[in-house]
Amino acid sequence: MADPAARPLLAVRDLVKDFGGLRAIDHCSFDVKPGTITGLIGPNGAGKTTLFNLVTGFLQPDAGRVRFRGEDVTNLPPYRIFEKKLCRTFQLPREHRSMTVLENLMLVPGRQVGERFWNNWLRPATVKAAEARLRGQAMEVLAFVQLDHLAHEPAGNLSGGQKKLLELARVLMAEPELVLLDEPGAGVNPTLMRRLAEDIETLRRERGITFLLIEHDMDLVMSLCDPVIVMSEGKKLMEGEPERVRRDPAVLEAYLGGQYAAVEG
Amino acid sequence: MDPATLVKAILLAPTLTILVFALVRIPWRARVPLGLVLGVGGAFGAAATLDAGLLSYLVSFSIMAGIYAVLCLGLNVQWGYTGHLNFGIAGFFALGAFTTALVTTSAPTGTLAQYSQQAFGLELPFLVGIAAGAVVAGVVAFLIAIPVLRLRMDFLAIATIGIAEIIRLVFQNERWLANGPQPLRGVPRPLYCTVQEPTCAWLPAPVAAWLAPLAPRDYIFIYLGIVTLILALVYLALERAVRSPWGRVLRATRDEETSTAMSGKNVPRVRIQSFVLGAAVMGLGGALYAHYTVTIDYSHFNPLFATFIVWVMLMLGGSGNNRGAILGAFIIWGVWSGTAFLTEALEPGLRAISETLPDRSAYLRWLLVALLLAAIVLYRPQGLLKEETIVSRHLLRRRGAAATTPGATATVGGAPPAATAPEAAGRDPGGG
Repeated sequence: MADPAARPLLAVRDLVKDFGGLRAIDHCSFDVKPGTITGLIGPNGAGKTTLFNLVTGFLQPDAGRVRFRGEDVTNLPPYRIFEKKLCRTFQLPREHRSMTVLENLMLVPGRQVGERFWNNWLRPATVKAAEARLRGQAMEVLAFVQLDHLAHEPAGNLSGGQKKLLELARVLMAEPELVLLDEPGAGVNPTLMRRLAEDIETLRRERGITFLLIEHDMDLVMSLCDPVIVMSEGKKLMEGEPERVRRDPAVLEAYLGGQYAAVEG
Repeated sequence: MDPATLVKAILLAPTLTILVFALVRIPWRARVPLGLVLGVGGAFGAAATLDAGLLSYLVSFSIMAGIYAVLCLGLNVQWGYTGHLNFGIAGFFALGAFTTALVTTSAPTGTLAQYSQQAFGLELPFLVGIAAGAVVAGVVAFLIAIPVLRLRMDFLAIATIGIAEIIRLVFQNERWLANGPQPLRGVPRPLYCTVQEPTCAWLPAPVAAWLAPLAPRDYIFIYLGIVTLILALVYLALERAVRSPWGRVLRATRDEETSTAMSGKNVPRVRIQSFVLGAAVMGLGGALYAHYTVTIDYSHFNPLFATFIVWVMLMLGGSGNNRGAILGAFIIWGVWSGTAFLTEALEPGLRAISETLPDRSAYLRWLLVALLLAAIVLYRPQGLLKEETIVSRHLLRRRGAAATTPGATATVGGAPPAATAPEAAGRDPGGG
């Protein structure tokens, strides 16, 4: 990470987003370097989720650029950005509740033969073969997140924590390069949280997936993330190693109140 | 058994056999013999025992129910799979009916032309006509879809009901197009010559001799076969289309649109595709209707008869399940036809309440259908046949394979899956 030659995987430059009179993102700039688990913290209302929405095409910025692997992806629709292997999860899980966990995963990969309407009438054998392959891939991913015993369960029946794992599994189906995780730890019990953290670390180490994650659980951030970016009032306040961040007076200032103890502790 | 009954029984046999195939879900090894025995036996039994009038009534009942089943299948693609709240079924129904009428009839000439007008009459065969009906309904649906599918749920319902009314009013008012407020007559009946006196020229002599006992009024037995065949083909084609990765994208869009877009799917495109496919199937249903009734006019395509009854059928049968759509069509059409007898039976009672009440007894039937819809939504919102959990048919296990899945249910909502015990039991053997 210290290597100055490493080009940023994601480069956010001077991003601005207004909601009516409120400037949610105010000339925000930062980089995410490849191979890192970058933490994005900040008090509520700092603009973290809005920033995710801007980067993944769910919202259009009023100014500024987003570059992914050196390529300008500003203003592309969400599915085009997804095709470039930049994927995200949602703060509240958005599973396809009537479909099985297995099919929730099989939905994800792009450009499937069987997604073209006519192929289902004209080339059923090709579709069948593709489905068998995809099923194998989905079962592997499910085994990795240890949800394989729930493969045939409708996703709507899963518990809150299992839905978080499902979100991660769905993103993995896309073979992503950069994953934006929006509060992966929210509403997850400590045991599951530890497993989630281990999974993220394993994915970074073994598959070279880069993560950018929003999280309020400081223990998780401090143990998992390096570097940590602190946002406040729509801009980057500072960036650095977790140890440095937790001692920075400006950060403590931004987090005054109930959060103060958490950063200290 | 007199020769006419024998012919009727033989004509009914394929329909009943297909019915058994559809209803009984056992391996094909056992299903084929069972279907043949029950189908052929049932056909002969019904033809031999039932009064000729009742038999004909049941056949014409089944034809209409079969046509409604096609409409229901079209709606199921749109609502059951994609969640389009389309209240404009009547519009696509009318387009299919009028298109095939114009394509298969001949344009009136001479004095007749002063009484009956139509834009053109191509005199093409039945199959071309119904295909044209489906294509025109599909093309119009595509043109409508671009602006209208930006809407969701109730707003889409309002827009589509408006469009259906526009289509109906165009056919009512544009005399040059399809005889305007007057009925368009003489839509040809396919294979009608088989029951006429000089029989079809192309028919081989033995077949012609065999069909000879049939009178023209027995034509419905032939048409029932045609409707059944087309219904079966539509069902199979839709199952192929929808129980697939494509159908999975539709279902995913219905469940959670944002997340489908985030999974890299072009959501607007699949929403349009499903709307067009459903409308084309509805157009096909309309075309079958026109060839059955022979005479059509705008008044057949009112929202009650052509839109809302189809909705009740699908809600009862089971949204998202193609077999449910067909089942619902037959049951609701049965309820609707049955209540005709009911209102007759109630007439003395109604007259006792008020002199003029029996004149309005038709509305009582609608009241009953509405109550039924309310009851379905309250007590059985998923319909008689629930939608299948697994979307892609390629993931369905072959029958007889070890059933490992039910074991998984036990662990849902329980402790975090770190508990390893149930894993081995729930693990899937793979393949597919």
